[in-house]
Amino acid sequence: MATKKRKRKELFALGNEAVVEGALLAGCSFFAGYPITPSTEIAEVMSQRLPFVHDGVFIQMEDEIASMGAIIGASLAGRKTMTATSGPGFSLMQENLGYACMTEVPLVLVNVMRGGPSTGMPTSPAQGDVQQARWGCHGDHPIIVLSACNVQECLEMTIVAFNFAEKYRTPVILLLDEITAHTREKISLPFPDELEILARVAPAMPPEWYISYEETMRGVPPLPPLGSGYRFHVTGLTHDKNGFPTSKPDEVKALMYRQFRKIDQFFYDIQLVDEVQCEDAEIVVVAYGCVARSAELAVHMARERGVKAGFLKLKTLFPFPKSALQPLARQCRTIIVPEMNMGQLSREVKRVNNGLAQVQTINRIDGQIITPSEIFKSIMQA
Amino acid sequence: MAQVTELIHNYLRHNKKFPHVYCAGCGHGIVLGSLIRSVHGLGYSKDDIVLVAGIGCSGRMAVYVDFNTVHTTHGRALTFATGIKMANPKLKVIVVMGDGDAMAIGGNHLIHAARRNIGLTALVLNNNIYGMTGGQSSPTSPEGTVSATAPFGQLERSFDIVDMAITSGASYVARGTVMHVPMLDGLISDALEKPGFNLVEILTPCHTQYGRKNKFKTVVDMYTWYKTNTMKRELYAQKSPEEQQKLTPIGVFRDEGWPGLETRYAQLRTKLQEQESCQSSAN
Amino acid sequence: MSKQRELNRFEIRLSGTGGQGILTLGKIMGQVLALDHGFYATQTQSYGPEARGGASRADLVVSSAPISYPKPVSLDLLVALSQEACNLYFCNLKPSGFLLVDTTLVTQTPSNIFWGLPFTSLAKDKIGLPQTMNIICLGALSHFLPFMQFTSVKKALAGVLPAKILAINTKALTLGYSQAKKLYPDASEKWTFSSPMMTESAQ
Repeated sequence: MATKKRKRKELFALGNEAVVEGALLAGCSFFAGYPITPSTEIAEVMSQRLPFVHDGVFIQMEDEIASMGAIIGASLAGRKTMTATSGPGFSLMQENLGYACMTEVPLVLVNVMRGGPSTGMPTSPAQGDVQQARWGCHGDHPIIVLSACNVQECLEMTIVAFNFAEKYRTPVILLLDEITAHTREKISLPFPDELEILARVAPAMPPEWYISYEETMRGVPPLPPLGSGYRFHVTGLTHDKNGFPTSKPDEVKALMYRQFRKIDQFFYDIQLVDEVQCEDAEIVVVAYGCVARSAELAVHMARERGVKAGFLKLKTLFPFPKSALQPLARQCRTIIVPEMNMGQLSREVKRVNNGLAQVQTINRIDGQIITPSEIFKSIMQA
Repeated sequence: MAQVTELIHNYLRHNKKFPHVYCAGCGHGIVLGSLIRSVHGLGYSKDDIVLVAGIGCSGRMAVYVDFNTVHTTHGRALTFATGIKMANPKLKVIVVMGDGDAMAIGGNHLIHAARRNIGLTALVLNNNIYGMTGGQSSPTSPEGTVSATAPFGQLERSFDIVDMAITSGASYVARGTVMHVPMLDGLISDALEKPGFNLVEILTPCHTQYGRKNKFKTVVDMYTWYKTNTMKRELYAQKSPEEQQKLTPIGVFRDEGWPGLETRYAQLRTKLQEQESCQSSAN
Repeated sequence: MSKQRELNRFEIRLSGTGGQGILTLGKIMGQVLALDHGFYATQTQSYGPEARGGASRADLVVSSAPISYPKPVSLDLLVALSQEACNLYFCNLKPSGFLLVDTTLVTQTPSNIFWGLPFTSLAKDKIGLPQTMNIICLGALSHFLPFMQFTSVKKALAGVLPAKILAINTKALTLGYSQAKKLYPDASEKWTFSSPMMTESAQ
């Protein structure tokens, strides 16, 4: 095949730069953001690249609240949009992130986690925003949270994030950390024709028949761009299927249940994991982000010493990949969850484990990555 | 009358979300009427108009009118509108905000939207009060006025929205009232046709939450107040400083015609892309 | 691309103060090793909030196999361009590792086994531009590291640096390479290339 002979373009790039490459490959043409370490390179590279993209727009807003507002507006106008931030900015974005959940606006939000709370440690890594990513905005809402552990994955998961956002008409959060974002590695850029790039469903009916929040098979209503002749109302108030405000219990219930259903019924599509040497594992390390790389090496070291260790890398954090973890919890003796917080994802692991295996946590919140030897020691003692 | 009926049928979601939430005597409906007459008079297509609104009584305006309508979060309407306009500069983007929306929670967005001169028309409906939440003080409540959160009188000074917009760099700034409707029609039509960031402050009464607590016995008293206490800025300029203190000038305060950010960004993009294609063809 | 030496996690730390061009040095080395020599390479960094004057460090892990843990575990090579960095990181060197210092700035070495070149004075006196110090160091490194070819580095420089400053930096690169070759002709044969994980698991 001719495709095999083509040489992919290779770059020695930062995780943040790979996010931009992924976004542009996924069709992102609108970025609004506000400078914040350690995510700033994403905005910087976007400001260089987007003016060379057809109709591309980069805009630096006055704060992170405004950045979210701008990308929601642009997404409603038909663009694939993204913003990037870190802890303090992520907190500010929650208000309009909730709006995007309620109004089902596709967008990608990259949060490069740094030490927190508050200003914390701007140049040090952490994984302290995991539960905030899931439950940061007020009110019950479904959301998709992804992560990446190396530079190539930054590119790939950004594309996945855009595809999920468009397919499920939802905001998608890509959680990175300072190490992943600021590590340089070789990446190879896929050719556009190698990729499956999804777009939101456009209405198949004429404007006069269009019902903006109609119940559909997948639970995802079609979304036409503003100005295309489909005039409809968008509101952060609970709304009926026509998009108009309502507080009638049956209408509110129908809206909220559909929003959950559109994510819940596609767990198999959304919950992405990598299993390494898990087939016969008695000890399974569950990790994500930069810590996943330490975990992989630790498991490799343990295997060299004949210990039956395995590694489950979570690429999707929420909806939590229950179907991948549960069989492993049945099979193994111990699950080890190393993470750079006080146990935010291990709560999910314990919930799914439900007493099956012993769950151990390794926690660090001092701005340092959990090393392979720390995890290795836990494996050997388990 | 037939013309009014035609406008109602054409521009309002008359069979969907009525009756509306506005109190008797509220000026918001007059603003909506003025906006619809302006749009109609200018011959815009409803499909090309996006009405973006914030939160509060003014925010509810979006639901009644048959444009593309986006009812956003409190104070953030300008940020959504900025995204919409930058994403599709062909759309006519109109932003409706209240005084709390535009000057308190969204004050930062207003000064930056004006500074970057994004091509929007912002209508700030100033009724000097938070109406929907039950009559609390707003940044434009005059000193000394009584509200639910200033039961002993407002100590803080109030913002002048027109001054703020001019200082922040808006291209077109005007002030009208719901008592001067033909003038308001003219101001809104004027603003809609101008490039860059246009702001029209519209003084509109809230008798329910503001007037009753501040010695306006009836709604009519409030409209009378707007009639006697506002003055065209040309006439206002001729008054003595003592007389000026009691008056509010109305009219057009700035009209520069500066091109909007969306236009300038598109020009930059075209220039850069032409340079790039020249370079690649040279190589 | 010629057949490469097999590397099993060769770990390098470039350290000094902000403003010395350490991150640029790390980026160019990583790029040459990853893109031109076909190694797996990860480059991580650590820096304070200050743009100038604070401690600065760039770490490289180079390997023939995919790299899981991206940060160094025990260093094969420590490049110390300040006394403070030398004191701070010397303990991270593994027993078979090597230390390279700027003898202009590092006057007290923790061991008398080290490689040293006066990068800062070379930049000032021979090139006439103090900012080329990092590139002189890069030239020297392309002699000390047998798996990083001088010619590839020279070629990569053209892709990384703006045309305006390329000539003077190429001169600096060549100077560093020739000085290192002159002073330490057989340096590149001293490596033992032991796996850092051996040291790690012995702990």
